[in-house]
Amino acid sequence: MTIGTAAQAAYIVAALLFILALAGLSRHETARSGNTFGIAGMALALLATVGLAIDGSISGINLALLLAATVVGAAIGLHRAAKVEMTGMPELIALLHSFVGLAAVLVGWNGYLHVEAHPDGGEARDLHFEGMLGIHSAEVFIGVFIGAVTFTGSIVAYLKLSAKIKSRPLTLPGKNLLNVGALAAFVLLTVGFVMRPELWMLILVTAIALALGWHLVASIGGGDMPVVVSMLNSYSGWAAAAAGFLLENDLLIVTGALVGSSGAYLSYIMCKAMNRSFLSVIAGGFGIEAGPADDREYGEHREIDAEGVAELLGDAGTVIITPGYGMAVAQAQYGVAELTRTLRDRGVNVRFGIHPVAGRLPGHMNVLLAEARVPYDVVLEMDEINDDFAGTSVVLVIGANDTVNPAALDDPSSPIAGMPVLTVWEADHVIVFKRSMASGYAGVQNPLFFKENTTMLFGDAKDRVEDILRAVAALQPTR
Amino acid sequence: MIIGVPRDPDPGERRVAATPTTVTQLVKLGYQVVVEPGAGAAASFSDEAYANAGATVGDPLAADIVFVINPPPVAQRDRLAKGTTLVGMLGPRLDPELVEDLSRRPITALSMDAVPRISRAQSLDVLSSMANIAGYRAVIEAAHAFGRFFTGQITAAGKVPPAKVLVAGAGVAGLAAIGTAGSLGAVVRATDPRPEVADQVRSLGGEYLSIASADVEVSSTGYAKEMSEDYNERAARLYAGQATEVDIIITTALIPGKPAPRLITAEMVATMRPGSVIVDMAAANGGNVEGAVPGEVVVTAGGVTIIGYTDMAGRLPAQASQLYGTNLVNLMKLMTPAKDGQLVLDFEDVVQRGITVVREGELTWPPPPVAVSAAPSAPAAPGSASGVLSAAGPDHHVTKNGEKSGKGKTAGAGAGVRNGNAAGRRRITPLTAVGAGAATLFLLTAFSPAALRGHLTVFALAIVIGYYVIGKVHHALHTPLMSVTNAISGIIVVGAVLQLGGEQNLITVLSCVAILLASINVFGGFAVTRRMLAMFSRS
Repeated sequence: MTIGTAAQAAYIVAALLFILALAGLSRHETARSGNTFGIAGMALALLATVGLAIDGSISGINLALLLAATVVGAAIGLHRAAKVEMTGMPELIALLHSFVGLAAVLVGWNGYLHVEAHPDGGEARDLHFEGMLGIHSAEVFIGVFIGAVTFTGSIVAYLKLSAKIKSRPLTLPGKNLLNVGALAAFVLLTVGFVMRPELWMLILVTAIALALGWHLVASIGGGDMPVVVSMLNSYSGWAAAAAGFLLENDLLIVTGALVGSSGAYLSYIMCKAMNRSFLSVIAGGFGIEAGPADDREYGEHREIDAEGVAELLGDAGTVIITPGYGMAVAQAQYGVAELTRTLRDRGVNVRFGIHPVAGRLPGHMNVLLAEARVPYDVVLEMDEINDDFAGTSVVLVIGANDTVNPAALDDPSSPIAGMPVLTVWEADHVIVFKRSMASGYAGVQNPLFFKENTTMLFGDAKDRVEDILRAVAALQPTR
Repeated sequence: MIIGVPRDPDPGERRVAATPTTVTQLVKLGYQVVVEPGAGAAASFSDEAYANAGATVGDPLAADIVFVINPPPVAQRDRLAKGTTLVGMLGPRLDPELVEDLSRRPITALSMDAVPRISRAQSLDVLSSMANIAGYRAVIEAAHAFGRFFTGQITAAGKVPPAKVLVAGAGVAGLAAIGTAGSLGAVVRATDPRPEVADQVRSLGGEYLSIASADVEVSSTGYAKEMSEDYNERAARLYAGQATEVDIIITTALIPGKPAPRLITAEMVATMRPGSVIVDMAAANGGNVEGAVPGEVVVTAGGVTIIGYTDMAGRLPAQASQLYGTNLVNLMKLMTPAKDGQLVLDFEDVVQRGITVVREGELTWPPPPVAVSAAPSAPAAPGSASGVLSAAGPDHHVTKNGEKSGKGKTAGAGAGVRNGNAAGRRRITPLTAVGAGAATLFLLTAFSPAALRGHLTVFALAIVIGYYVIGKVHHALHTPLMSVTNAISGIIVVGAVLQLGGEQNLITVLSCVAILLASINVFGGFAVTRRMLAMFSRS
């Protein structure tokens, strides 16, 4: 057994550990051990790689640099992970994706510098002898391209999610043409580069890919970010896989493909939940059809105060809470969790109904509620709870809008028509927490607000929830 | 404006078009209500109760709006003043003579049984509310005539098997019958040509008997329609088989504007056990059962009771009046936008357009069709030839499209087309995707040098594993999953480390930057996942 074979063996074990990690993450019971498997796999892979590097007589300086870079990176990563707010999770993940993208670009460039930049060097001659030189060039190109798209795409997503730039979709004239043009240019340049590797082509393709990544995500609205984030997750996996081909490293290929396909599948689930075509998401800029001029009369909405809500809740048998991004913005999850506990102590059956695309990240609401210590077995998915609204006394809609919009089912001309929604209006009473009567991310008015069993509770969700908590505490214990 | 509520001149009609409860609601909308003396007597609503609710007792036919149950006889029609609005179950599809007569008068006639089957109009849909009551009553009538228990029991005096009930047609009436019979303890089976109702039948505790056929029914109106020969033969075999087994048959099959389909023949009735009961809820429209007499109970030579009552809903007069009255109140809410007691007929609204038979003496029947597009899944098979089974109407789960709005008509059609496309796309995608993927992989591998081939194999297998590993992920874990995959994709650090060996400075610098970035990912990703997972707890 040499160092080389030992590293190969370690890579296989690491790949298996990663598979176990993803499999473990699919259930609550096994999620923590899944994470541990992932850490173990990564540690093993890193050790094996460092072993290989030392075996390949890496210079002392380089080894020191390697360690320094890892330590600094680890320190930054751990620091960010420790202090991030759960509401800021989407931004962090988007930012982390951009790092993978950039790293993939750098690895690709290194591949070029290593081989193609010296057509007469030993590496290039060896590859040429194996008939692999052209393929190596193509791999450099593909890796750089995917990496660069991931990089700028994630940066834009990060900026949009952290509200550093406007989340409104960018609509350049002929935007589909731009995307297709960029892809065509990429293909042509790849062919050219394979025939005759020139530095300017690599620079040009990097620039095109950076612009394409920026444009793809910039033309997607903020409300569709859950899909975008999981799509970028998938891209970052493909970028790693491309680097694996470049370096002929099976571990990178396996891991990249795992992340890539699982991310793609996750985005597909999201797309189904929003009734959007998967292709149009990948192509960028879906959901941009302008909402029809909304001159319709919906009638009057009714208001209620916190005491009124408390009374309704006190008399209720079953309550369902449907949170949306507004709850995250207002940081109301702790109050909501407290309210849940109080009501459950009073014998009220409180459950949560989560729309698959609520929040700005798949599963965002679940994380927030878990943070506030809401037990996960009362937090149900849309499909699990949609049939139960009919027998429910009170539904609290906290910071959700488009995901509870009956127009998605009733009004074929609505921009969100066909999107599955939580059918909250089938309950006896619906109470909508909202800052004002403004419309949601999709820019659509919500007929729910004007239904007869709907009452509005205006103001900051956090303050209102606390008001209700006080009022509930003041109620006579009925049971 | 004044709303008049006459007593129905037919002594067999026990329902009334307004109850004290609905009168209160009408008064709130700004209307005055005049009730004919004794109008609600048969439904146990006294004149006093109406007066207490805010109505006056007097001559209802002089009012501006007249609420009736059934079409009024000519004598009453002649007394309607010019400009009166008549609202009731006028049955314009079944009675063209009445429509013609009404159109000769300077009145407006709204028919409650013509409400389009769209979800917004459900609160006005009297056919559904009456069918619900009728389905319940049909079971009660059957139980009354049936000489045994519905539920199975084991007693000291011996074992009693549960009654077996077959419900033909799982519309609103059929579903109500299934639920009622089931709650009495019977074993319930149901048939319906629309396969999508199977789940609704099961949800009420019934067993869905499928009439296997290539004829998959999708109706653009939300009602069942006539079926093909092949289908009819299979259905007949199914009914013949069931007739020998079950104790009670309740038929609810109606097709709008056509005679009721004949489901149960005299031979089938003859094979039933003595003491069995058949309730034919379609008796008024020709009957689903051979030998049923409208409005009568017939006992055959074989001892089978066939109940042909045509007034099932009216046999629960208080309940039926309340629901019917509420349907009318909902119509008034729709047509009184200002809540000022002034009726406004808005022809832009498909619901109001759909129920208007005559507008100020001008014939407006039939209205333009409203597409309901019940099920987007299967393409409509060309139904032809003679008739079989339908149901008294679809359930609300399947009637979601086709709403109001200025763009309502075109938009409704558009939605149908889009649904169709989506279904088509979904059907094709997996096959084409797998095919295209396989072909690409084949070409790539076949033309690639040996060194690449192994990597491609690994790559393809890993993609498939990634897909299946994620397949059953719990929705709550999407975010942790994403952050773990993010951490794992930091594996690119391995690539950067491997490149570090070279002697070029530029490569070293770029590698170090890449290592730094990827390490942030690896450590940050795992740490944040750990933090998140620690928060999830069970109650």
